[in-house]
Amino acid sequence: MSTLTLTINKQDYQLENLDARTTLLDVCRQHLQITGPKKGCDHGQCGACTMLINGRRVNSCLTLAIMHDGDEITTIEGIGMPDSLSALQQAFKDNDAFQCGYCTPGQICSATALIEEVKQNWPSHVSTDLQHPDSLLVQEIAERMSGNVCRCSAYPNIIKAISQVLENEASASTSKTVDNAAQNSSVTGIWSPPSSETQFHKASANNKTITGKAGDHS
Amino acid sequence: MKRFEYSRADAPKQAATSASSKDASFIAGGTNLLDLMKLEIETPIKLVDITRLELEQVETTADGGLRIGTLVTNSDLAAHPEVIANYPVLSRAILAGATGQLRNRATTGGNFLQRTRCYYFYQTDSACNKREPGTGCPAINGENRTLAVLGTSDSCIAQHPSDMAVAMRLLDATIETVKADGSTRAIDVKDFYCLPKDTPHIENVLEAGELITHVVLPAPIKGMHTYDKVRDRASYAFALVSCAAVVDADDNGNLKTVRLAFGGIGTKPWRNEEVEALLTDTDGNSDVITQAADLLLQDAKGNGQNDFKIPLTRRLLKQVIQRALAGEGA
Repeated sequence: MSTLTLTINKQDYQLENLDARTTLLDVCRQHLQITGPKKGCDHGQCGACTMLINGRRVNSCLTLAIMHDGDEITTIEGIGMPDSLSALQQAFKDNDAFQCGYCTPGQICSATALIEEVKQNWPSHVSTDLQHPDSLLVQEIAERMSGNVCRCSAYPNIIKAISQVLENEASASTSKTVDNAAQNSSVTGIWSPPSSETQFHKASANNKTITGKAGDHS
Repeated sequence: MKRFEYSRADAPKQAATSASSKDASFIAGGTNLLDLMKLEIETPIKLVDITRLELEQVETTADGGLRIGTLVTNSDLAAHPEVIANYPVLSRAILAGATGQLRNRATTGGNFLQRTRCYYFYQTDSACNKREPGTGCPAINGENRTLAVLGTSDSCIAQHPSDMAVAMRLLDATIETVKADGSTRAIDVKDFYCLPKDTPHIENVLEAGELITHVVLPAPIKGMHTYDKVRDRASYAFALVSCAAVVDADDNGNLKTVRLAFGGIGTKPWRNEEVEALLTDTDGNSDVITQAADLLLQDAKGNGQNDFKIPLTRRLLKQVIQRALAGEGA
C-alpha cells in the first residue's frame, strides 16, 4: 500500500493506499474515471492503452502507477476535447480513420508521439538511411504505428490521417493551408510488405535499405 | 498478480542489496516482467524500482567505444547519433524488435534479460522445465515452430528472443554489474548466457541481487553493418531467424572482416567465431559459404515444426555474404 501523486493532463491526483500492483491504465480507468485510454489485451500487444509519459508513448497496461510519481502523463483527454480537437483528431475525423473507435484513443496518442519522434529524426526499421529517415513514406508510418492494432482494419485511413498531419507540419513554414489535404496526400494506396526477396533486391539496388556502414561518419 | 513489496532504489549498491533476498526482482521498463507477473509466471515478493538511478547516459570511452547506462531506453539507444554512425547494426537490431511504445520503456539491461516466448513457458497449465524445473518439456514433441535448433538440450529448446542481444554479441559487448556486497565485475556477453543443459531455469550468470549497471561497446568495427530479420509479419514479431553482420571486403573482393551472429535459432544469441574464420580471407564463393553454413549448423537439431529454420539459416547466411560482396559495403 502506498501513497503517490500522479500528474495527468496537467492535473494532480493524490492516491492514498494504492495497491502497488495497480497499473497506470487501471488507475486512470478504475480510480480516476479517465476512461479515454482503453484496455484491449492488457499485455502490451494492442496499443489501445497508449498514453504519453513525459511526452513519450508507452503501453500504460505494462507499467505500474506507483513508478510514475512526478511524471507528466497525458491521455487522449489531454490531447483534445470535442470543442478543441488536435490536428490529428481532426484528421482522424476528416479521413474516416476509425469505425468502432475502440482503438482510436490509443492510435491518436501513439501518432501524437510519432510526430514528435519524426521531428527528432528518429529512424525506424524501414528507414533506408538511418541518419535521414524519410518519415513521410507510407511504409514508415505503417512501421511506426505497428504497436496499435485496429480490429476494424481502418489502417489505410489511419495512415492517411497521420500522413496529412505530417505533411502539413512539414510544409507549415512554407505553404498556405491546403484546401483538402487528404486529397493532396501523396498516400495513394495501401502499403503491404514486399516479399522477402523483393526486399533484398531493393536493398541491393539502392544500397542502403537494410545496411549502414561504420566508419564513414563519426 | 501476486502481492509484492515495492521500493525505489536511490543508488546501485543499495538496489543490489535490496534485491539480494530470495524472490526479489529489479524492475526498470517492466515490459516483459509485468507481463509475466500478470500471468504469475514471475512471482517476485519484492520489487526494487531502479528507474530513478543515474544510469541513463551514453559516454564515449577512452579507447573509442561507448559505455551505455543500463537505463538507456531501446528508443534512445537506437536513435543515438554515435550508435547510428558507428554501430548501425545495433540500431538496426533494436529497431527490428517490438514497437515504438515498448522500445520507449524497454531498457538496455532489461533487454538482455528477456525471457523466452516459448508457448509452453507462457502456458501455466502445461509442464515446462524452465518455469517449473523437472516437470518436462512438451515443446520437444509439440508446438515448436518458433523454437531453437542450436544449443538445445533434452530439457529445453526455448529460443532466446532478443534482437538487441544478438547485435551486442556480434560487437563483443561487455556487461558491467554491481553485486549486493558492493563489488563490481565485467562479463563479456559471450560468457553471460547459460545453455539450458539440464538446468534451463538458469539463463545467465548473474547472482542474486547482481545489478547490470552499464554495457560497454569496444571501438567501432569498419565494414557494412546489417541486421536481417526473417519473421511471420513485417513488424512487431519475433525472429524466426535473424542475422547481425559486419562484413568488410577489400578491392579484390576478398573478405577481410566477417562477423556473424544469429537470433531465433539458438537458446542464446548465437555466434560461432570458427565460421567467421573460415570465411575470412576468402572470396566468399558458393563452396566456402556452403562450408561455413555446414559448420554453423553441424550440431543443429530440428524437432519437426522448426526443421525449416536450418535451411532458412543457410540461405540467410548466403544472402548476407553475397550482398556484402556485391559491392555496397567495401
